[in-house]
Amino acid sequence: MSKGTPDLQALRRLAVELRRTILQMIAKAGSGHPGGSLSMVELLVGLYWHALRHDPTRPDWPDRDLFLLSKGHGCPALYAVLAFHGYFPKDELQTLRRYPTRLQGHPERWSVPGVEIAAGSLGQGLSMANGFALADRLDRRRRRIFCLVGDGEVQEGQVWEAAMTAHHHQLEAVCAIVDANQLQQNGPVKEIQDIEPLAEKWRAFGWHVIEINGHDLAQVMAAFDEAAAVKGKPQVVVARTVKGKGVSFMELNPAWHGVAPKPDELERALKELEAAV
Amino acid sequence: MAELKPTRDGFGEGLLELGKTHPHVVALSGDLEDSARAIWFKKQYPDRFFSVGIAEQDMIGTAAGLALAGKIPFACSFSQFVTGKSLEQMRLAVCYQSANVKIVGSHGGLSVGADGATAEALEELTVLRSLPRMTIVVPCDAVEAKKATIASADYPGPVYLRLGRAPTPILTKPGDPFAIGRANVLREGDDVTLIACGTMVDHALRAAEQLAKDGVAARVINLHTVKPIDRPALIAAAKATGAIVTAEEHTVVGGLGSAVAEVLAEHHPVPMRFVGVQDRFGTSGDPAELLKAFHLMPEDIVAAARDVLRLKQHAL
Repeated sequence: MSKGTPDLQALRRLAVELRRTILQMIAKAGSGHPGGSLSMVELLVGLYWHALRHDPTRPDWPDRDLFLLSKGHGCPALYAVLAFHGYFPKDELQTLRRYPTRLQGHPERWSVPGVEIAAGSLGQGLSMANGFALADRLDRRRRRIFCLVGDGEVQEGQVWEAAMTAHHHQLEAVCAIVDANQLQQNGPVKEIQDIEPLAEKWRAFGWHVIEINGHDLAQVMAAFDEAAAVKGKPQVVVARTVKGKGVSFMELNPAWHGVAPKPDELERALKELEAAV
Repeated sequence: MAELKPTRDGFGEGLLELGKTHPHVVALSGDLEDSARAIWFKKQYPDRFFSVGIAEQDMIGTAAGLALAGKIPFACSFSQFVTGKSLEQMRLAVCYQSANVKIVGSHGGLSVGADGATAEALEELTVLRSLPRMTIVVPCDAVEAKKATIASADYPGPVYLRLGRAPTPILTKPGDPFAIGRANVLREGDDVTLIACGTMVDHALRAAEQLAKDGVAARVINLHTVKPIDRPALIAAAKATGAIVTAEEHTVVGGLGSAVAEVLAEHHPVPMRFVGVQDRFGTSGDPAELLKAFHLMPEDIVAAARDVLRLKQHAL
């Protein structure tokens, strides 16, 4: 909750811990999406340890800021962040994807406290963010609504329908974040279907665009601060990231989109992450 | 001759009334608010009406967000577009999240007439019926449409309201009972049961009159709620009459008739016939003319009734 001077060293250490936890969860589950979970870690740290007004002891606090995960396959990262904050017990992380768990392979709304929306069929989160913002405007509730989408996900037409709606209704409460990790399931985004120039596209749709290195925590937090000050239009943080970030053999390797590490691979990955601190 | 009025007008009146009584009711439309009659609400409550452009997927997703934030959104467009474009949004954002979204499809069935097949919704009941947590209401006239609209605002969870464009006879009175999920028996009879929704309720009543001339007492059930279906009313009718005809302005593949058959096949199988669109697309024409061409007239229901009566006799 605190918005004091962030201790960057501590947050970097936290990001490593989150990555280790994510990989352990997916390895234990035997399936999941490591690449797209690892690429969004700093974005979630910047949100949940800096930008978001939230209170883990009151997950249904009506004035909390909202985080909507649209790229549902990245949910191991969200679950880990929520558990680190005490939204639910950390032990439960090890139940990911296994019946009868609350930690669904793709998020179910409120299956655990803090999961605001369901996701897993891509392209839907931003429309819901707009709906929340329109309701808040009627209710004169002032809160921020963040929505994280993937770069492959913006190939979904609904994302751009929602982009037009947010612009048309001047939804300044809405801040989209694109985890531009460069890869999608079958290869590089630019080969599957090129989405660039991404920043120019959002700008042409009437959004305030902030382009950053999505693994540089100082840049991430500064981007959220800049976005919060924008009036009269929605904002988007185009975060340039690396799929599989932090594990050399996973980085920018499409093979790690939706595969769990085997025990030896997990061990190597955990060692690498530890060594990088 | 009964007064004629489209069911979409009943919806428009109901929504306008909800504007007064239900401060959390809001409306969205994809540039069809005039056709769907949500425009009356828009004029009265401009702050509570949201235009989302011709983008049905985004409209349903936006409606879900509004609902999760405590609003009661009515998302309106032509039946075909609001349901055809947005199955995935209705499934994930609305039904899976139990979002309190009311989806309003005007121009259901053949009533869009001259616009032709692409705008004629003939399959959406089948598709929506398969979604867990979805409620489906097809009012039989404008009076019932107004009641259904108001009732749906107080009925928690996803609701689909199917309306028609063409003026149709007023069959019910404002004081008649209406509850989502409870079928209304409009005419008593013990020889055969005619079960219909929407415009076809009028045709079923007219069929019953024709049958009465030949001494056949037909029970007529207005099954305005296709889901959740009123099982006790259906089972009682099957037991009492031993023969069933269903009638819908919709494909016979998976619609009202199928829903009735699912219940009766399990609990009390009796001879059945299905009056409806026979697995084909619509076409351009005057709605009244199309109802004839697609064999959805009272005489078609009468013929089906004679069929099931014959089967019933053989079975005895």
